[in-house]
Amino acid sequence: MNQVSKSKRSHMASFKDSLLLWLKENIGIIIALLVLCLFLSLNPVTKNSFLTLKNVFNVLRQISSNLFLACGMTMVIILGGIDLSVGSVIALSGCIAAGAVSRYQLPLPVAIIIGILVGLLIGMFNGLVISKTTIPAFIVTLATMNIAKGLAYVYTGGSPVRVVTKEWQFLGAGYIGIVPTPVIILIVVLIVTGLIMNRAKIGRYIYAVGGNAQAARFSGINVAKVKFFVHAYSGLMAGLAGVVLASRMYSGQPTAGEGAEMDAIAAVVVGGTSMSGGFGKIGGTIIGGLIIGVLNNGLNLLNVNSFWQYVVKGIVILLAVFIDYMKNRKGR
Amino acid sequence: MEDKVLLKMKNIHKSFPGVYALNSVDFELRAGEVHALLGENGAGKSTLIKVLGGIYTADQGEIFIEGKRVEIKDVVTAQKCGISIIHQELVLVPYMTVGENIFLGREPMKGKLVDRARLHEEAQKLLDAYDMDIDARTMVGKLPIAKQQMVEIVKAISYQSKILVMDEPTSSISDKEVSFLFNTMRTLTAKGVGIIYISHKMSELEEICDRVTVMRDGKYIATEVVKETSKDRLISMMVGRDLKNYYTRDYAEHGELVLRCENIADGQLVKGASFEMRRGEIIGFSGLVGAGRSELMKCIFGLTGHYTGDIYLEGKKVHIKSPAEAIKYGIALVPEDRKVEGLYHIQSVKYNTTIEVLKDFIKFIHVDKGKEEEITQKYIDLMATKTPSSRQLVGKLSGGNQQKIMIGRWLATAPKILILDEPTRGVDVGAKSEIYAIMNSLAKAGMSIIMISSELPEIINMSDRVYVMCDGRITGCLNHDEVTQEKIMRLATK
Repeated sequence: MNQVSKSKRSHMASFKDSLLLWLKENIGIIIALLVLCLFLSLNPVTKNSFLTLKNVFNVLRQISSNLFLACGMTMVIILGGIDLSVGSVIALSGCIAAGAVSRYQLPLPVAIIIGILVGLLIGMFNGLVISKTTIPAFIVTLATMNIAKGLAYVYTGGSPVRVVTKEWQFLGAGYIGIVPTPVIILIVVLIVTGLIMNRAKIGRYIYAVGGNAQAARFSGINVAKVKFFVHAYSGLMAGLAGVVLASRMYSGQPTAGEGAEMDAIAAVVVGGTSMSGGFGKIGGTIIGGLIIGVLNNGLNLLNVNSFWQYVVKGIVILLAVFIDYMKNRKGR
Repeated sequence: MEDKVLLKMKNIHKSFPGVYALNSVDFELRAGEVHALLGENGAGKSTLIKVLGGIYTADQGEIFIEGKRVEIKDVVTAQKCGISIIHQELVLVPYMTVGENIFLGREPMKGKLVDRARLHEEAQKLLDAYDMDIDARTMVGKLPIAKQQMVEIVKAISYQSKILVMDEPTSSISDKEVSFLFNTMRTLTAKGVGIIYISHKMSELEEICDRVTVMRDGKYIATEVVKETSKDRLISMMVGRDLKNYYTRDYAEHGELVLRCENIADGQLVKGASFEMRRGEIIGFSGLVGAGRSELMKCIFGLTGHYTGDIYLEGKKVHIKSPAEAIKYGIALVPEDRKVEGLYHIQSVKYNTTIEVLKDFIKFIHVDKGKEEEITQKYIDLMATKTPSSRQLVGKLSGGNQQKIMIGRWLATAPKILILDEPTRGVDVGAKSEIYAIMNSLAKAGMSIIMISSELPEIINMSDRVYVMCDGRITGCLNHDEVTQEKIMRLATK
């Protein structure tokens, strides 16, 4: 009895520790996010629309796809690589899942699984080439980006694959209780990713390979296996994002996910992960994704011209990374 | 030789937040001398050199060059004062020719274009003047490290430098190249250049240096004439206490055969090596750089996929295809180059200590943090590693402490066979002595240790038996009661 309560207390303590550490590590971007939210909830134009439950869920629904990608991307970047193929995978997996329902009348769960598997397969292909050769991830995924995009156009003939069944929308546009389904999926994905990176052995191996691949080899770590796993996971996340997005848009679209890889990279980098590998946290990526999501939402609510939105987004990314840079420089 | 004083540094102070790096340090360099700067890691040698080179400015103190007071504000003034520093890590551009590197930033011009013909001609003249068998038109990246170092020296001389600083120049070159380097240094000193020489290798002091200045904890300790002092005296000045037993080794009866290797070859550097080892033995591997010692150990540790020959562990024949398999068989390898092959610099002491034994405290997604901390602390204590906490980033520790972390990491796997490749390279004297003592107690407890080392004194004083390698083969085995430097060198050059 005594032992149980003791272990519970130590669990609570370790949870508190990691929460404090997370706050300390991400204090710069957390403040940036809070300032952004504060501004939107006080500004006369947006104060009645921003802090409503509907809008908050709306923002979370919008960022879910980006954060699915960013979960995989965080691992890939910590590994010292990059995955450019994820945006195109969104299009291909979405189209194939939609096609499975509307063209072949397959049951919904089967279609969803097929869509996700498409992403996983492309990720596994990336992982296979990257782990067995010395071709950089940038080049390999640049190639598969084009292949996946091309296949999506070939499969659809260039026009969206519409799905009329009502159940199809559950994944992307539906609700569980009052919470949008993609938000529930997002929470599950974040927890799983966090556990893999912080608790499982493979998580530590990812940091090892990204930090010093040569040393990892001397450590007896199966470097090829780690690279394969990470790229497969990134593909899996992209497949999931593709299916969820297709569900939200009532159709698989070959143009979906264009530039999505860049938004994912932005979330990861704003979240403090180092592009040179070996360092980064999923907790930072979450904040990074939130900043980009809230910003998009805020600019829309403020009726900012969509062309100018790109400019503002670019400046904010630069600012966030700059704050991080100043913080690290002070630490040295 | 006239005793002209080239450089005088007086009462130099330098502090960083929280650290008093230099506390009233004096240093003097005469024309035509090689003056060694000796001290453990963290003693302040590199800080002093950085003050001299204009990378740091001193908080207090004066610098005189040939009697004139100078203010060294930055790297350019240092160069103008005739000071050149050859860093441990070479800073040449690999994809440029030797000549282009020497004249980088001050190329001879023909109108608006670089006069490449004249550039290479002049570079060649400089190279030939020092009998360096180097073509000025070769790409620097294609030269071996030792030759690149020569290019750095020539580059320094071409600036008309009178004061040359060499930071551990022999740490990555072979003995033959070392003797060529020393010859070049002698040519330079004969011309009146003064050389400040930083090295951890005591044997080199006697060979090349005239005077030696010892530093400890940021303070000046003493300056001595090399011929009139002794190694023990210098060591005790560096460490600040008498190191009674620098080497600790209790020879004992050995147990049964643990490892037997027959005719191991990797198709490249290793060309058929056979040896054996018993329980509780420390065997040394000596030989010149490139003799195939490290490569032989890589075969045994599964880092070379396709080796030929047989390995027997405790009598059973095994074929080791990967490091993971080697670890399962109870073999551990602490690699030669801990920076490149060993450490995860941006990770903590804890991460670096436990990376081989994650299965002891991670079950699926449950991390036993108490156990993790316990393992880390155990090896910090065992190795007497100096670190503020287990969360300290490994990259911020000194070389000796980094090496202790590396050894601790592999001891955590409870190996039967521990392979140490150059275990004391870049490690200060105090930590070296501690590592020797730990090796001794491990062997006493029944571990079998293979030590590769280029430092003959440690090989001779620590090994039960010494295998000498030359050109991929084992050319002889010497027992600890018969081994001498001469015998090793004869076998190493067979």
